[in-house]
Amino acid sequence: MSPVLSAALAKKIDDLAARYPAKQAALLPVLHLVQNEKGFLSAEDEQAVAERLGILPVKVREVVTFYTMFRRSPVGTYHIQVCTNLSCSLAGGDGLVEHLEARLGISLGGTTADGKFTLTGVECLGACEQAPCLMINFDYYGNLDAAGLDRILEGLA
Amino acid sequence: MTKAPKILTELFWLEHLHRIEAYLDRGGYQALKKALTEMKPEQVQEEVKKANLRGRGGAGFPAGVKWGFIPKGTDKPKYLCVNADEGEPGTFKDRYILNHNPHLLIEGIVLAAYAVGIHSAYVYIRGEYEMIARRLEQAVAEAYAKGYLGRNILGAGFDLDLVVHRGAGAYICGEETALLESLEGKRGNPRLKPPFPALVGLFQCPTVINNVETLSNVPFIVQKGAAWFLEQGLPKDGGTRLFGVSGAVAKPGLYELPAGTSLREIITTHAGGMKDGKKLKAVIPGGMSSPILRADEIDVRMDVDSIAAAGSMLGSGAIIVIDEGTPILHVLRKIAKFYAHESCGQCTPCRLGTSWIHKIVERMAAGGGTRGDVDTLIRLAGNIKGRTLCPLGDAAAMPVTAIAQKFRTELEATLERSPVWP
Repeated sequence: MSPVLSAALAKKIDDLAARYPAKQAALLPVLHLVQNEKGFLSAEDEQAVAERLGILPVKVREVVTFYTMFRRSPVGTYHIQVCTNLSCSLAGGDGLVEHLEARLGISLGGTTADGKFTLTGVECLGACEQAPCLMINFDYYGNLDAAGLDRILEGLA
Repeated sequence: MTKAPKILTELFWLEHLHRIEAYLDRGGYQALKKALTEMKPEQVQEEVKKANLRGRGGAGFPAGVKWGFIPKGTDKPKYLCVNADEGEPGTFKDRYILNHNPHLLIEGIVLAAYAVGIHSAYVYIRGEYEMIARRLEQAVAEAYAKGYLGRNILGAGFDLDLVVHRGAGAYICGEETALLESLEGKRGNPRLKPPFPALVGLFQCPTVINNVETLSNVPFIVQKGAAWFLEQGLPKDGGTRLFGVSGAVAKPGLYELPAGTSLREIITTHAGGMKDGKKLKAVIPGGMSSPILRADEIDVRMDVDSIAAAGSMLGSGAIIVIDEGTPILHVLRKIAKFYAHESCGQCTPCRLGTSWIHKIVERMAAGGGTRGDVDTLIRLAGNIKGRTLCPLGDAAAMPVTAIAQKFRTELEATLERSPVWP
């Protein structure tokens, strides 16, 4: 059976931990690293990270469940995160959500059957001057309307 | 119209400003050179104190005074944490600095560390700013390579290490003690104060926590002096402010203006007035947690003290403009949803209060409002405010109270249409 964390990943974790006076301080960066590699954080990943950093597994579970960016189940290839906060809503953000739900045939929180898109509603992304805005994976898109959004999605197809 | 001095944003037009060569070409790191070769740490600290540089993160506390709280002669390590968590809805100013001019921030960090005698600094940047964090990390690597970070900076015998640390999506981590917990690899539950971070902060050591915009002003104060800095703003609130305007204006965007510029001027002149000739209804002047102002209340100067005297707060300078076509209940829903989601759950008044407020507001929006709901909201908000470990409770309560009081008639008209109105 192959180890939960590959040797290369374990090395990266140790490098991150060395940047702090206490290994636990590296937990958030380490979880980002593991999630970026694996797509989400499984219970086995949590356990392995805990062992690597020398902390109790519950300390990892506490953190994974506290922060909204950490995922305990897989998402689609393209994770679309739409801002549903005030400034975006004033510029038509709620309409974008409806448009995406209709186009993708899923509700907020859902993933398309082909595993391509996951749609999530999120709080303010810090790009209010480009409202309405959203993120697809790590990229920001702003000043959107339904037509513009369609062009972006077609570009991903 | 106020002449708009460009200080922080002066070089933003420059395409490759984020690369160290471009920054150096424009006089970058000269303030650091001046401080390390001509000034003692105390002199840097004194200059920043005299400049009345008020914190740009929300609380408006004078940065120089904050630095002065760090104990002298301690044998513990001291830390500098840079708050780049930028989560207050409406706020996007720090993103511009991080994206366009990361070296300005790094120079400010080294200066602050030198002034306080710190050798280890962390930038806590919100997790969603992944691409910006990568750019910042590149800038940090460049600064190390050129000797502006690391051992024996500029040959002056001063050492500083800087680590970029990503958050993972939690508004509460913008609160300074939650940020420290998060940096230590824990849930972002705020700490009981006192002890304050200046004495017991990161890893139980004396810690300074400053906002990105605050630190980015420091190179200019060192280079041009406190007197010059004060001339750019007000005697008790030096320099310019980055105002982020969003919502129903013709030109949403970032505007650098002197502290004390009138809110009306920012909206009507700089941000181009109302979008599509819409009529102004209300303004949230300093990020979502700041109490709302009615259209007839916007003749107020945007500096820490003036806006506090007008019953709101400058916060992060995030101005959200709301037009007459937007029902106030819609605004209230967004606010209630946000704080119910972001309460860390540690303090009962906040955990339960924000979720009760959210449920009541959602019921009102669904047509199930009842007589007395508005008073219940005011009572619930009043029972959160001042009863929590950290300011998130106040932040959640203040906008609800202000909307319920200032827009009671409109909210109650909603109730009259509801099916359960007796």
